[in-house]
Amino acid sequence: MQWETVIGLEIHAQLATNTKIFSGASTAYGAEPNTQACAVDLGLPGVLPVLNQEVVRMAVKFGMAIEAEVADTSVFARKNYFYPDLPKGYQISQMDHPIVGLGHLDIEVAGETKRVGVTRAHLEEDAGKSLHENFADSTGIDLNRAGTPLLEIVSEPDMRSAKEAVAYMRKIHELVQYLDICDGNMQEGSFRCDVNISLRPQGQTEYGTRAELKNINSFKFVEKAIYGEVERQKEILEAGGSIVQETRLYDADKDETRSMRSKEEANDYRYFPDPDLLPVYISPELRAAVKADLPELPDTKKQRFIQDYHLDNETAYKLASSKELANYFETVVKQSNCEAKLCSNWVTVELLGALNKSNLSIQESPIAAPRFAELLKRIADETISGKIAKQVFEFMWNSADSADDIIEKQGLKQITDSGAIEAIIDKIIADNPAQVEQYLSGKDKVFGFFVGQTMKQSQGKANPAEVNKILKAKLKR
Amino acid sequence: MHTKTLTEISRGLQAGDYSSQELTESYLKRIKQHTALNSFITVTEDLAIAQAKQADAMLAAGNAPVLTGVPIAHKDIFCTQGIKTSCGSKMLDNFIAPYNATVIEKFNQAGAISLGKLNMDEFAMGSSNETSFYGTVHNPWAENTVAGGSSGGSAAAVAARLISGATGTDTGGSIRQPAALCGITGLKPTYGRVSRFGMIAYASSLDQGGTMTQTAADSALMLQTMAGFDTKDSTSAEQDVPDYSANLNNSLQGLKIGLPKEFFDDSLNAEMATAIETAINEYKKMGAEIIEVSMPNLKLAIPAYYVIAPAECSANLSRMDGVRFGHRCDNPEDLNDLYIRSRGEGFGTEVKRRILVGTYALSAGYYDAYYIKAQKIRRLISNDFTEALKTVDVIMGPVTPTPAFGIGEKTKDPIEMYLADIYTIAVNLAGLPAMSVPAGFIDNKPIGLQIIGNYFDEAKLLNVAHQYQQVTDWHQQTPQGFE
Repeated sequence: MQWETVIGLEIHAQLATNTKIFSGASTAYGAEPNTQACAVDLGLPGVLPVLNQEVVRMAVKFGMAIEAEVADTSVFARKNYFYPDLPKGYQISQMDHPIVGLGHLDIEVAGETKRVGVTRAHLEEDAGKSLHENFADSTGIDLNRAGTPLLEIVSEPDMRSAKEAVAYMRKIHELVQYLDICDGNMQEGSFRCDVNISLRPQGQTEYGTRAELKNINSFKFVEKAIYGEVERQKEILEAGGSIVQETRLYDADKDETRSMRSKEEANDYRYFPDPDLLPVYISPELRAAVKADLPELPDTKKQRFIQDYHLDNETAYKLASSKELANYFETVVKQSNCEAKLCSNWVTVELLGALNKSNLSIQESPIAAPRFAELLKRIADETISGKIAKQVFEFMWNSADSADDIIEKQGLKQITDSGAIEAIIDKIIADNPAQVEQYLSGKDKVFGFFVGQTMKQSQGKANPAEVNKILKAKLKR
Repeated sequence: MHTKTLTEISRGLQAGDYSSQELTESYLKRIKQHTALNSFITVTEDLAIAQAKQADAMLAAGNAPVLTGVPIAHKDIFCTQGIKTSCGSKMLDNFIAPYNATVIEKFNQAGAISLGKLNMDEFAMGSSNETSFYGTVHNPWAENTVAGGSSGGSAAAVAARLISGATGTDTGGSIRQPAALCGITGLKPTYGRVSRFGMIAYASSLDQGGTMTQTAADSALMLQTMAGFDTKDSTSAEQDVPDYSANLNNSLQGLKIGLPKEFFDDSLNAEMATAIETAINEYKKMGAEIIEVSMPNLKLAIPAYYVIAPAECSANLSRMDGVRFGHRCDNPEDLNDLYIRSRGEGFGTEVKRRILVGTYALSAGYYDAYYIKAQKIRRLISNDFTEALKTVDVIMGPVTPTPAFGIGEKTKDPIEMYLADIYTIAVNLAGLPAMSVPAGFIDNKPIGLQIIGNYFDEAKLLNVAHQYQQVTDWHQQTPQGFE
């Protein structure tokens, strides 16, 4: 039987506020355990939550970016369950009235654009952490993370493959960073994902029974976990079995999922509106202010890059995927006065290649955009060839010198003086009569030999166009 | 000195008739003499003396706030920095809050002296103070009767003149009912008038801190200090605080008093009906107009309350899990054992009952039938009051069905106990302000007149209560043995 995979994602994006969602404690990562947890975060008797208005602004921003309905009034609810790292015995979340309603965003997979629905996005507080290491016969609790603001973004079950799920997750990841509402740091848990997967026979309209894979914090793991889970479900279904609705945990080390709890064991969270907090009202003024503050979004930016710079879709998508990368590219275009095509090639191929190899982000690039623009300027004005430029780039990567200084110091300036090139060519022709003979008798390929020799003799500095021209003239058949 | 009202004490202090230290020492002595009432959980003698010395310095320097040097005490539900805050529970018997409730902070800033922490029903759940881990409070008017609850310690201590005034909290009648049973003046302000920060939550949407004093004038002084918006409590009201003492002497000529016919039906005890009628007659003499009003949904108040309050408390009390503070069982085997035994040992029967009721009411499949329905009833009850208060200035009625009942009399039957709050609970559901004013005696036991006002109309309530206290002396009666 042909099976269709149905995937929906729940993404937790940690909102990049300085203080927690309901208290004044800092949200900074990595502090000594329990040094960033105040009485409110500890859930001491008598304390009350007070909403950090910044999280409301951020959620509204997200809602507008995915063209969602942003609710006039949303309500915080208590989600009740006992766990040692959940200090109050309930999590403050949103249930019936989330701040962001139905929206959507477009993903691209293998050149195809697909629209994915976002069911809702709601605000909630994070729990603390249980520390199982370093304590004999007991568990440590670190409540620094308790009360950190999260935006939970729930998709429609619109994805049909692991590739689509990853594309969607990446798109949300890019978007929240574009909007400056999440730092996107997946190692620190600022961005993590639950995946709901089910299979159904191709053509069937009802959904199959789903399993939920919890808390996956990398794109690679999401993809692998989905592949594994699809296989697991397929095996069961094809053997005539049925899928149990359950929550499963992905073990990245073993690359497999295992059951955490089934539907029967699932908690009854007994949600009810939190009487300590007033409903959140979004004023028209706030809406207008957030709208005015909205940056150019990736899709719009991509279209502009295609239109203004005549980039192909793939390159434009890549460059627009990060705000920093897009800014870098545009700075280079403006300051180098080079053709956008040349700039985009250099940024996406050379620069991104080098950054990836060193595992650096664009913000951490050793070559800032203005210095990079100087290099491209020298390619455009033919001071150096593209090939030499790669050498210059190497030097720039490892020093703070300007492109011009490196070209000067290393003597890499292109030889455009036709007299000098002619002299080199004359000598090569004289030294290689056999090859001249071959070429003249019709072997076109030998032309490349002469070009190569000329470049070699000139240490790559001869202007390639000039070399071609002179060689053509000298070896006239 | 203990016979003086809080207002008189304040005047004497400001005039230099006596020092706060003298006063404080004299009250501390009385507290020691009357430990049999069991009204205090903690007496903070050294701290009180230290505060009194500071207050005397402030008074000597001049410009001291009106409560400077006045000895009061707080219901043990308000968190006090460095002092045990037990909430009447074994669960918090070892809990020392690292911060002050906003109410405590305000009294400290006003220079008031705190003599200690007052007994109460466990987590404010009870109508007789019999659920306290620290034992039952005795009513100073009749030793074998209850002081009411949950603010029973506050009521008994003020009635016995062990303090000049006390804080209390009222979720379903917990200020008004004990005030009535102990013959003192109790004020539950509008929901949101007094900050709940640091006031250990029972039912967050109903809880409200208030005053328990001898007179309405005393209440005005205390409320003046307690009331106001607090950035730490999102549900506190951003409303100006009027001068509560300014209108006490306004004439009641033309005052429209509404009497809900549902309060005065056949189920009302005849002696209580007579006592309340007598009180209403005093108002007629002062020129008030009596109007019958109807609030058909009042009868649903108790069932609605006993869904909403337990639902909220079931979540509010989840933080008492033995992990970070409070009672922890010995040698827990695992996490479940830690939870089950810590909570099982730490909570008393009534608290457990309400947690279970609330958990049930919020459970999947029951939520709509109980919680949502109760919220709808709550809205209907609010609407009844709003409608009635369009035609009248205040609503009056009894506070309790009977005067103080015997200790142990109703502990076997929780429903019987819940009915003790039948006249007070609806007010909390509506969030309105209400008072209990001493209005006579039945069998030598005090009873109270309830006065309910419109939202944020505390000044009017105090005026109406104060005028009654100008023509009656019920509030000046002192129980035998405490003169």
